[in-house]
Amino acid sequence: MSTAAAAHPPYSMPRVTLGRAGTATLLLLPIALVNAMGFIVPVLNLLRMSFYEALAGGGIRETFTLASWSGLFRDAFYVDLIVNSIVVSLSITFATLLVSYPIALYLHRSSGRWRTFLTVLVISPLLTSAVVRTYGWIALLADQGPIVGSIAALGFTPPRLMFNTTGVVIGLTEILMPYMILSLLAGFGRLDPRVEEAAMTLGARPSQTFWRVILPLTVPGIALGCLLCFVLAVSSFITPKLLGGGRVFLLATEIYDQAIVTLNWPLAATLSMLVLIIFGAALAVYARVLRVIE
Amino acid sequence: MEAGQTSVPMKIVVFILFLFLLAPVLLVIPISFSGEQILTFPPASWSFRWYVALTQNSAMISAFWTSLLLGTIVTVLSLLAAIPAAYVIVRMRTKGSEFLYNLFTAPLLLPTIVLGLAILIVFASAGFLGSFWGLVIGHLVITLPYALRVLATTLGNISLACEEAASTLGGRPFTVFRRVTLPMMAPGIVAATALCFLVSFDEVVITLFLTGPRLTTLPVELFHHVESRADPLVASVSVLLILLTLAVVMVVDRSVGLSKTFVK
Repeated sequence: MSTAAAAHPPYSMPRVTLGRAGTATLLLLPIALVNAMGFIVPVLNLLRMSFYEALAGGGIRETFTLASWSGLFRDAFYVDLIVNSIVVSLSITFATLLVSYPIALYLHRSSGRWRTFLTVLVISPLLTSAVVRTYGWIALLADQGPIVGSIAALGFTPPRLMFNTTGVVIGLTEILMPYMILSLLAGFGRLDPRVEEAAMTLGARPSQTFWRVILPLTVPGIALGCLLCFVLAVSSFITPKLLGGGRVFLLATEIYDQAIVTLNWPLAATLSMLVLIIFGAALAVYARVLRVIE
Repeated sequence: MEAGQTSVPMKIVVFILFLFLLAPVLLVIPISFSGEQILTFPPASWSFRWYVALTQNSAMISAFWTSLLLGTIVTVLSLLAAIPAAYVIVRMRTKGSEFLYNLFTAPLLLPTIVLGLAILIVFASAGFLGSFWGLVIGHLVITLPYALRVLATTLGNISLACEEAASTLGGRPFTVFRRVTLPMMAPGIVAATALCFLVSFDEVVITLFLTGPRLTTLPVELFHHVESRADPLVASVSVLLILLTLAVVMVVDRSVGLSKTFVK
C-alpha cells in the first residue's frame, strides 16, 4: 500500500466499481498478455522442444528424449563448437578489457564539458546498428582493404583478417567496447585521486601505483564489464555471421543455421538452453569473484 | 607526474583507442560517396551514384517504410501498455509489485538469438510468421521492458505531494492521473518514446526469425545485402540512418535534455 492510500483512504481509493485489485489487473493486462505470448510461453516451449525428437526433413516427434542433449556431447563437431565459442568469447572479453580500460580511466579523470563530449563519443556507437558497424569492419579488414594493404606495403606477408576467427574477434571487440567502458566507469567509484597521490607521495613509481593501487580498486568494474561482454559475446550473432562469412562456427550462428537452414528445431532449442546454462555459469563466477574481493 | 593525471604517451594511446572505437562508423561516410562498383577503402573515385542507386532500390525503400510504420506502431503500443503498468507497479504498490516488475523486464536478460528462436517456434504453429502483427508482438517483447524501466524510474522519482493535494481537493483518481501525474511524467515519456522507436527500428535478430519473403524491415534487408554482396549501397543507407538517429537524439535533447534522459 502506498503511503498516500494509507494516509487518506477515503480520497485515494479508486471509485470505480471494479475496486482496487480489479483496476490494477485491468491496467496490467496488456503488458501481461505480451509477456505471456512473447516470453513465458515461447521460453517454456523452447525448453520442452529440446527434449523432442528431430525427424529427418524438419519433422518433430513429441516425445521425451535426451537425444539432442546427448548428441551434443558425443558429436566431436559440437564439442569443438562449444569449446571454441567459450574460448573465442573469453578472448574477445580480454581484448575488450585491454582496449577499454585506458579510455575508462581517462574518462574517469576528465571533467566538465570535455567529459560529456567523450561520454557521447563512447555511447554513440551503441546508437548505430551492429549491421552498419560490422559493414565498416568488412571495409577495413578486406583483402584489398587499408589494413591488409599497409601490412603488405611494409613487406610482411599480408594476413587474412576476414572470414576467420581473427576478424570476428576484432569486430566484436570494437562492438562491445561501449558496454565495457560504461561498466568500468560504473565500478570506478572507489578510485579516489587522493589515494593515488598518497601512493606517489610515499615513493611508489607510476607502474607500482597502477598495479598495487589503481588496479585492485577497480576490480569490481572489471568484473562487471567482463561478465557483460562475455555474455554478449557468447550470444552475438550478426558480427560472427557477417565477418565469419560462414566459416566461423559459434553457438549463436549454429542456433540460427539449425533453426532456419537445417530445420532441426530440437537441436536449435538444446543449443539455446546451453547458451542459457553458460550465462548461469558466468553469473556464478561473477558472484564468486565479488565475494572474494569483498 | 601528479597523481590522477594522464601522461602524454597515455593520451596518445587513448586517442588511438578512440579511433579504433569510432573507425567503422566514421568509415561509412566516405564510402557512401564512392564511385566504385565494389566496396573498397579508400575509394579510387568519388560520386553520388550509390545515393542514386538507393532511390531506385525498391526493396530497400519498402523495407524502410515497413520499419518506420512498425517502429511507430510498436512505440505507441509500448507507451499505452507501459504507462498503466508503471502506474500500478509504482503507485499501487503491493507485495507482488517487485515480482511483476522483474517478470515484465525479464525478456531483456535473454539473448535475442534465444528469444527469437523461442518466438519463431511458437509463432510458426500459430501462423504468425511473416505477418506484420507477428513482428509487432515480437518487437513489443523487447520494447516494453525498456519502456517500463524508464517510466517506472520516472514515476518513482516524482514526489507524491502534488497527487495527494489533487485528490485531497476532490479529484477523482483518473482525473488526478490525467491532469497531474501524466504531465509530470512527460520527460520519462519522451525518453521512453525515443528508446522504443530506436530499439524497434534497429532490431535485427528477433526480426530475422519472424520476417518472410514478402515482408522485411530495413536492418534485415541490410543484413541480407551485406551477407550476399559487398558494394557501397549499404554505406549510403547507413549514412541516412545515422542522420535519422541524430535527429531523434536531438529532438530528445531539445525537449528534455540528453543527460536527464540517458544518464540517471
